[in-house]
Amino acid sequence: MIYEGKQRIWSDYQKEIPDDHYFYVRSCIRQAFFTGSEVAFLDITRNRLGKDIFESEHHTTCGGIAYHSDTIPHETVMTIVARQFALMHKYGYENYVCSCITSFGVYAETLETWREFPELQAKIAEILMKTCRLEFAKPKYIVHASDLIFKFRYQIAARAVHKLVNVRTGKPLKVVEHIGCHYSKMFPSKGVGGAEYPYVLAGMVEAWGGEVVDYPERRHCCGFGFRQYFVQANRGYSLSNTHKKFESMEPYHPDCIVTNCPGCPYFLDRWQYVIAEQTGKTYGGDGRGIPVLTYEEMAGLVMGYDPWDLGLQTHQTPVESLLDKMGIVYDEKSKYLGKGGKDLGQPAHPSCLKI
Amino acid sequence: MKNNVLIIGGGPAGMEASAQLQRLGYNVILIERESTLGGHLNRWDRLFPEGVPASEPLEALMKNMNGVKCFTDTEIQSINRLDKSFNVILSNGITVLADAVLIACGFDLFDASRKEEYGYGIYDHVITNADLEAWFQSKSDDRIDNPKRVGFVHCVGSRDEKAGCRGCSKVCCVTAVKEACEIKEAFPDAQVYCFYMDLRMFGRHYEDLYLKAQKDYGVRFIRGRVSEVSENQDRSLLVKAEDTLSSKPVQITLDLLVLMAGMRHSEAGRRIADMLNLAPEDDGFFAVRNNLTANQQARMPGLFLAGAATGPKTLPESLADARSAAAAIDHYLTDIFPQTRKLKKLVKKNG
Amino acid sequence: MVDFGFSLSPSSRIDLDEFDRKTFDRLLALEPDAKKCMECGSCSAVCTASRYTETSVRRALHALRNGCGAQAVEELKGCQFCGKCTMVCPRGINTRHLILSILKIYGAL
Repeated sequence: MIYEGKQRIWSDYQKEIPDDHYFYVRSCIRQAFFTGSEVAFLDITRNRLGKDIFESEHHTTCGGIAYHSDTIPHETVMTIVARQFALMHKYGYENYVCSCITSFGVYAETLETWREFPELQAKIAEILMKTCRLEFAKPKYIVHASDLIFKFRYQIAARAVHKLVNVRTGKPLKVVEHIGCHYSKMFPSKGVGGAEYPYVLAGMVEAWGGEVVDYPERRHCCGFGFRQYFVQANRGYSLSNTHKKFESMEPYHPDCIVTNCPGCPYFLDRWQYVIAEQTGKTYGGDGRGIPVLTYEEMAGLVMGYDPWDLGLQTHQTPVESLLDKMGIVYDEKSKYLGKGGKDLGQPAHPSCLKI
Repeated sequence: MKNNVLIIGGGPAGMEASAQLQRLGYNVILIERESTLGGHLNRWDRLFPEGVPASEPLEALMKNMNGVKCFTDTEIQSINRLDKSFNVILSNGITVLADAVLIACGFDLFDASRKEEYGYGIYDHVITNADLEAWFQSKSDDRIDNPKRVGFVHCVGSRDEKAGCRGCSKVCCVTAVKEACEIKEAFPDAQVYCFYMDLRMFGRHYEDLYLKAQKDYGVRFIRGRVSEVSENQDRSLLVKAEDTLSSKPVQITLDLLVLMAGMRHSEAGRRIADMLNLAPEDDGFFAVRNNLTANQQARMPGLFLAGAATGPKTLPESLADARSAAAAIDHYLTDIFPQTRKLKKLVKKNG
Repeated sequence: MVDFGFSLSPSSRIDLDEFDRKTFDRLLALEPDAKKCMECGSCSAVCTASRYTETSVRRALHALRNGCGAQAVEELKGCQFCGKCTMVCPRGINTRHLILSILKIYGAL
């Protein structure tokens, strides 16, 4: 692998990411799956880095899941998107940052559709006014939250409490970076580093001391695939795609996986359990799985957040092996205690995957 | 007074046209950007279909260059169309008043790194057809290390609208087949695979070469475009395509992958076209006066074209094109300049 | 083991790394002309059996090139040895003989 060759490609895909003043929209599923991620993003950007990240309780889902499962008309999705943008405008912002890759893809696709079909944009503006009494507006910049963490990666590194380095060996941790398909596969120019060799997560890993693992199935979908998962009869396809990725990354012995999409960490995390149950195979050392993190969780660990405040206890594949490698001290007893010491209950033990 | 003819480009087409025009009695000035004449032919080892060393036709072309004024390491600084001629300033400071100009700027090889999914310049064992020809000449390239499994990807930067080239580059199919055979000669134990969309064996003896590749060298032809390449831990390559004849995805591990980079228009030629306000055709190559009947005439009086300046061509096609261009230039000068006509009549009368 | 109601799906992908070259080379030693096939499909188009059964000489040879011996045998089961495919082969392959050799080497005869 020739690193300079990748750098050449990265230099071709530079994306303009404003430094400050963003309207932030959450993901509908990340709040449930990765409970601490969005909180960590807001805390890092607002409180640690002093950025103006505005959030409104009036924003909704982007409609992406319904869109990708063909359950709502395209016009409806576009109107939902227009409403989000209109809220941004109403609150005086022109930079839009979203937490979810599916949303990011829906926004990018919608803006491109409006650019190609101005008559459709006019129609949506009219529907927006009729239904929501909101003025149509488009963001000046639209970025994904991982773009922002990427932009601030050196500032985060400067505040790092832990590095992506094995404290016992002193060697960089081997990190698999997995990019959500809708981040740049549809519009390579909209992603940091393009679509074939995206740099958004690789840049974070490098800045925080880790080593990126480039394995053969790196570009492959995590396996979510919307309808491949939603319909139970198709779920085997979802599982098989994830399985293909794990088989491909296995020889590299990665210490963890970092992702920037809601679906990817969920499936790379949960399917490890299902694969273990069905085939008896696990991909971390010693019968364990490979810990899967969101980019906010990784940034949070680097900045010294408590792993349980980041919500890492809700992962199916335990993260303790990674915490140990990074030299992060954690309290085993409080793992399943919620806010104010509330007992969250204990998960059942899988028969194969060691926890 | 002899007419001045300026020839831009010292590849095979430019050389052949120079020699022809010199013999017809014109004052020929040839300029070439590089330090030596011969163009891409210098960098090619053997030629399809028979495997003749590229040095042979090159030497033959060189032999006929006597009397042609050659300026190497020279480019066009400016070119202006005057009433009946062209005022051309060369990068070496010389000004030429040319009665006719022939553009034989050839082609640029497609930059294979632009097909990002193939990883040229990123993966250790992905090379181009040009790299392989250089290796055949020098036998020195770290990327070629006794490969056991070798793949050829046809149509890299050809028949690819996203790569900016809808057209076929014409010579890559037969070049791939030639190189596949040569690889088998160099590494008899290797398995060789060609990934193609259509095999365009249009020329004389090309089909024979294809048959030989199948029969004598056991080259496996897989109909499907390579869609993605990645690198394994041992630096071998994981190559994915669809085997369209069985409608199934196919995957293979290879030790060496050769990308058949296609022919794109010459950027240096484009700069000259821009100076003359000549719009290219959709494919980026020079526009001709008539694609069927006036192939060597540009859309400007006194300006002529030969070789790959007007699209992908094989070597013999380029040479034939150059001879046609020379004839066209001769007709033009005879028609336009009464003196030339008189001189010709005189020569004819006096035997 | 938990029953999830779904499981890993079999892959249709051809993996040429798994190709059994030894057996294929045995066939080519018997049938060197098989290498000449350019998969034009003339043989399958005139085949008496191809319209009514899954029979195709082209597909059989193609399957072998992809290392799928069992599929090749399956593709030839309907053959009635009429010889029409040999008549139309533009590269002069003795397909009738080839079919017998395939069946011999890949275990059906």
